Amino acid sequence: SNPFEVKVNRQKFDILGRKTKNDVGLPGVSRSKAIKKRNQTLLKEYKEREKTNVFKDKRFGEYNTKITPEEKMIRRFTLERQQNYGKKNIYNLNEDEELTHYGQSLAEIEKLNDIVDSDSDTEERGTLSAELTAAHFGGGGGLLRKKVSSEQQDEEEEKPKSRKELLEEMIAKSKQEKQERQTRRESALELTEKLDKDWKEIQTLIARKPPKSERKDKEAEKPKPDEYDMIVRELGFEMKAKPSERMKTEEELAKEEQARLQKLEADRLRRMRGIDEQANKKRASHVSADDLADGFILDKDDRRLLSYKDGKINIGNEEEGEGEEEEEEEGEKEDNENEEESEEESVSEDEEDDDAADSHSDLESDLESEEEAAGNKEENKHETKENESQNVEELDPKREAAKSELPYTFAAPESYETFKSLLTGRTIEQQLTILERIQKCNHPSLAVGNKAKLEKLFGFLLEYIGELATLDSPELRTIDKLVLPLYNLCQMFPEAASDSIKFILRDAAHDLEEAIEVKGRAPFPALDTLIYLKIISLLFPTSDFWHPVVTPAFMYMSQLLTKCRITTLQDVIKGLFICCLFLEYVSLSRRFVPELINFLLGVLHISLPKNQAQGYTVVHPFTPAGKNSELLLVCDKEDLESWEKQNLPLSIVTRLKETSRTELNHIRLSCLALCFDLIKKCAALYESLPSFHEIMHPIKKLLTQHMPVNEYPEKMQEWYHSAVKELENKVKHYTPLIREKKKPVPLKQYTPKIVKVLEFGRKQAGSKKEQERKQLIQRHKRELKGAIREIRKDNQFLARMQLSEIMERDSARKRKVKELLGSLATQEGEWKAMKRKKWKN
Amino acid sequence: QLPTGLYKKVLVILHDSVLPYMNEPTLMMDFLTVAYGVGGAISLLALNGLFILIHQHNLEYPDFYKKLYSLLDPSIYHVKYRARFFHLTDLFLSSSHLPAYLVAAFAKRLARLALTAPPEALLMLIPFLCNLLRRHPACMVLLHRPGGPAAMSEDPYIMEEEEPSESRALESSLWEIQSLQNHYHPEVAKAAAVLNQSLSEMEDDISGLLELSAYELFDKEVKKKAADVPLEFEQIRGLFGKKNDIFAEHFSLD
Repeated sequence: SNPFEVKVNRQKFDILGRKTKNDVGLPGVSRSKAIKKRNQTLLKEYKEREKTNVFKDKRFGEYNTKITPEEKMIRRFTLERQQNYGKKNIYNLNEDEELTHYGQSLAEIEKLNDIVDSDSDTEERGTLSAELTAAHFGGGGGLLRKKVSSEQQDEEEEKPKSRKELLEEMIAKSKQEKQERQTRRESALELTEKLDKDWKEIQTLIARKPPKSERKDKEAEKPKPDEYDMIVRELGFEMKAKPSERMKTEEELAKEEQARLQKLEADRLRRMRGIDEQANKKRASHVSADDLADGFILDKDDRRLLSYKDGKINIGNEEEGEGEEEEEEEGEKEDNENEEESEEESVSEDEEDDDAADSHSDLESDLESEEEAAGNKEENKHETKENESQNVEELDPKREAAKSELPYTFAAPESYETFKSLLTGRTIEQQLTILERIQKCNHPSLAVGNKAKLEKLFGFLLEYIGELATLDSPELRTIDKLVLPLYNLCQMFPEAASDSIKFILRDAAHDLEEAIEVKGRAPFPALDTLIYLKIISLLFPTSDFWHPVVTPAFMYMSQLLTKCRITTLQDVIKGLFICCLFLEYVSLSRRFVPELINFLLGVLHISLPKNQAQGYTVVHPFTPAGKNSELLLVCDKEDLESWEKQNLPLSIVTRLKETSRTELNHIRLSCLALCFDLIKKCAALYESLPSFHEIMHPIKKLLTQHMPVNEYPEKMQEWYHSAVKELENKVKHYTPLIREKKKPVPLKQYTPKIVKVLEFGRKQAGSKKEQERKQLIQRHKRELKGAIREIRKDNQFLARMQLSEIMERDSARKRKVKELLGSLATQEGEWKAMKRKKWKN
Repeated sequence: QLPTGLYKKVLVILHDSVLPYMNEPTLMMDFLTVAYGVGGAISLLALNGLFILIHQHNLEYPDFYKKLYSLLDPSIYHVKYRARFFHLTDLFLSSSHLPAYLVAAFAKRLARLALTAPPEALLMLIPFLCNLLRRHPACMVLLHRPGGPAAMSEDPYIMEEEEPSESRALESSLWEIQSLQNHYHPEVAKAAAVLNQSLSEMEDDISGLLELSAYELFDKEVKKKAADVPLEFEQIRGLFGKKNDIFAEHFSLD
């Protein structure tokens, strides 16, 4: 366009790779565009500012985008016709009259016109065309003449021929050609088909006919392939040996497994210390002068001292490393166990793989026999597993007979009732297989909705376990087995699992809180809650500094130990169970649990006779002297004599079967022994705490000064002495507290910060989120600026309009004043002229 | 004279519904002094009325702090009136004219008792101690003793001593708080870890923490959203199937 209207933004420096949008601007064009737009919108509004009349567009479907324009037209037309129907136009006088010709209506005659035309060739039948006659009868010169004449004719014809006719002609021609082409193609097709048929017939003949001798001859005629050639060919066509992954030796497998476990353990330790990952990252981002910038970061946490023992790598926790020889031995044992486990795991994984494959084949093939075979396989594997682990002996044929009744595919249960009905009345093994099959049939990789189904299954299973635990005689053996599928499901869907467990915990805590608010005290929860708490420790790592499930569980257990009243022997057992849970939870992280110590002290207290001089104070659930003290006191000499340490059966938590005094006393003594053991374990756990002696002081005092040790049977004395020994042989060691030294704040330096530029024209700093935020802020700024500019321009435009209006008005007034003055002047003039005339006269 | 229940009820409402309306509040002096001497929860409750008398009616109470000191026992963290008690204690100890040995004795005793406290009390107590030490910089030796002896075989603080001045609290350190850095509750551990660094100038506001209940804490934890849920990687073998399972030693599944 006009070079005077172009404004070029000159760039001072050319930068490679930068794209600029605003090299060239057309200020005139854009300004006129803007003005035009304002004229259409703002000016209109301005002019109609004090008008309330509205222009309504009532055209049918004008703003309906769903209707196509053609349809719109049609419907408008029909509407118009409908409106006009029945109305008679008074000005059209002969609307109803029909025009006729020879008694026939003219309209009909017009319609028949075409037919008449088509009959026209009958009229011409007798006549011969000029061309024909010329060709046939014109003689030798006829041809020539004809040519000339035809040309002439053409010319003659062309002249009258209108454009329309020409077009029609062309169309007709092209149509004809098209038809011809089609027919040709069809015929060609037919021919090829025919050929094919013939060839087939012949082929069979050829294939059969040639006798052996002939063939041999032919072969003889062919040059015999060279052996070298053959080898070359073979080599050429042979599958190239691809480098595949080498089969791993067992050692390597074990090593890998070890490495995996090590990594997991390192992760666990990191979480236990509660080091935030962000903090880690921050630390990593500090770059020393010696950094090679190769991304290699020595992670301090993952580093472990390697030690060898009997030729095996000895991996132990740091804490274990600190300990004594015993612990080291334990560590070694653990290692062995680890290895065993890893082997087991790998085996089981293989099995799983097999199983998965089996299940697929199940799904694909409908043959029952195959399914059965696969099913049996699974069962067999299962049996072997169980036999290995638990040495459960059962009769094979019987079980197989029972199992053959089980269907092989299960739909995932939609409600808890259906789930329950699936499992009730089955043996443990059957329940396990059912669960396994449900899992396999609804594997998330098979269908979209399966994930949700299995997540639900986890909840159902959990509920089922709870129900089993609340039964009158809790089926703990079943639960023991059901935990395995629960673990597998949890590994698959950690989020859903944690949610459902949290839900249960929240319910339980809510109940507790309600009971405390209403009655002021709360009973210990039933066995199912205890089982849930135990399951949490199986499913989740309890050593984490913070964990979405474990931390609330900690809180809940702490409430149980501090808020729940202890009135019966069962309460004591429940409390001790929770103490065990606490110990298990913190066994790796060695965290301090005050409630645990308090409770153990309380339990010891209630095993003593009343009214003793005390050097300790018991806290909340226990009272120094109340009706429930002496709950664990055993006075009967005979019972003391006959006691033997027994494992407390969990079922007594729900129902105390043993009603005889002796057995009750035995349970009491077992509780006491358990308590001693827990104290011993606590002492081992907390010895590294700086105020270990203060923590254990009350317990120690009670044990050494108030316990009637000599009355206890020998076994009990053993428990007692081991606990006291553990408490006493800890060194007292206090170092005064000194604060961590603050890092000196480095001086600010003015060396330039060097940042790698990855992409030009984009700001680098910050994470992705931060970048996004910055982008948004920038965009907002730009939009705001633009909007302000637009508003300013609008105002300018309006001011201009108002000014021009005022000017117009002013000029109109001036003009009118001038006119008036003019007319007055002429009047005056005329009047004066008149006067003068009179004067003259 | 009165039954315990009634005693408590009277003392609970005394300070805001009885004392302000009396012409001679000093008449309650004897009643409150006796109640303060009873011990336990009743002493804690009498504290409130006594405070009003001391504060507004010029009551002189000999050995007030010694008495208060002797009120501190493990149950203060467990009783219902915990919030009220700590609010008042905070008031009493807010004076900057108290001798350092007294403040140190209080801090040390509270810390010692904290070893038996539930997490909700600990969350309140640790900022409380921090505030105490901020107000009395002379007590900072409890946290930071650079030139002290290398190692001691005993904690110099004497817990059983009734008299705060004799308790040798200033020679001690707050090892209890250091132990609490290993507390199972992450918030408590974090709060205790603050003592490793030098304290900030500003005092913490503990008024919101006084009424904290265990259920609230639980609720807060449950409602936290986790980005991911770490899982136990050790394959399990049954309910009591962990290695070195304590349960397998003492419980059976029957």
